[in-house]
Amino acid sequence: MGFKRTLKRDKRKFNKMLKTAVIDENPTFVTFLALCPTLGVTNNVANAIGMGISVIFVLAMSNVLVSSISRWVPDEIRIPVYITIIATLVTVLEMVMETYMPNLYTSLGIFLPLIVVNCIILGRAESFASQNKVKDSLFDGITVGIAFSLSLILLATFREILGTGGIAMLNIQIFSSENSMELFVQSTGAFLAFGILAWIISDLRMKQAKKAKKRRA
Amino acid sequence: MDNTTLIAFAINAFLVQNIILTQFLGLCSFFGVSNKEESALGMGLSVLFVITVSSVVTWLVYNLVLVPYDLTYLRTIVFILIVSALVQIVEMFIKKVSPILYKSLGIYLPLITTNCAVLGVALLNIDNGYDFSHMLVFSMATAFGYTFIIYIFAYIRDHLDKAQLPRALRGVPIALITAGIMSLIMTGFI
Repeated sequence: MGFKRTLKRDKRKFNKMLKTAVIDENPTFVTFLALCPTLGVTNNVANAIGMGISVIFVLAMSNVLVSSISRWVPDEIRIPVYITIIATLVTVLEMVMETYMPNLYTSLGIFLPLIVVNCIILGRAESFASQNKVKDSLFDGITVGIAFSLSLILLATFREILGTGGIAMLNIQIFSSENSMELFVQSTGAFLAFGILAWIISDLRMKQAKKAKKRRA
Repeated sequence: MDNTTLIAFAINAFLVQNIILTQFLGLCSFFGVSNKEESALGMGLSVLFVITVSSVVTWLVYNLVLVPYDLTYLRTIVFILIVSALVQIVEMFIKKVSPILYKSLGIYLPLITTNCAVLGVALLNIDNGYDFSHMLVFSMATAFGYTFIIYIFAYIRDHLDKAQLPRALRGVPIALITAGIMSLIMTGFI
């Protein structure tokens, strides 16, 4: 009975954290962290999903490890310790991906080892995992990872549809690729698409904040 | 390798394959520190220095230690440790030798450890299989490209702050769109 109750409480907590991570503190569209992979791998949806899953794995594992050892790590050397933990996890990920998903490994290219310097991961280790319990840190890692992946997928969908006329991974072709704006799968389009999406999202957030303020008054 | 191809190679790394606008590396610092021209120049010069030193060290370690002993899978861990150790050493060295320089660069140095441009260039040197001279030219030209773009961008951003924009567009969204237009110039070279 006690176990069931804890499970229920955990589920509620997880959902609440997920909502905070995805909507209120979205790492990509609200705090603008980890811009390099956000722009670099979103030229198609498959890459974005691969990157998202990799980040969820590394973020959840690093949060768990950091929160379980942070009691014994001296304050002065905590950043090098965290970086070593993250780099080890990324190396494991690289080796697994090279063996089982060689296509994804080549198309993610340099952005796979660069997960080491992803600001979100070090930021969560420093600001959340080092001060919280293991279970909460695991939840935090997964929820923030999901928020990051969803943002990547949103941006990649936008870019791939405009740039190629469809989504290759799902075999969807909305309009002919001859009529597409190839610009959007290239580097210029990455900046433009992200800028436009960030604009729309910040506009929506401002409208919602104004509505909430009016309701309170 | 004769000199003309090396110069063409340098210009390619400096502008055409610009690290910020076409490779998407070092974007956090690009959008974070580029508010003032002075701080952009400070950040750019520190990155220039760190990229050059760390590329040489990581290239040497990779080719003289990791390859002969068949340890190439440790690349990521070794490189990030080298970069963070180097940044610490550079920080202590500048503090000791030139306190004035430290005052202007000091605040940027700790940030460079997590700047993806540094680790990115070290990894690109290995992935592209450069020899020593190409590695040196590539990392210096890339770092100059970084400084150049971050400086120009700081100037533009200074003017953007004064412009009357819709409130939702202010800050990062307009910076991204501006960077997109700058990157369009680079695609003209291809």
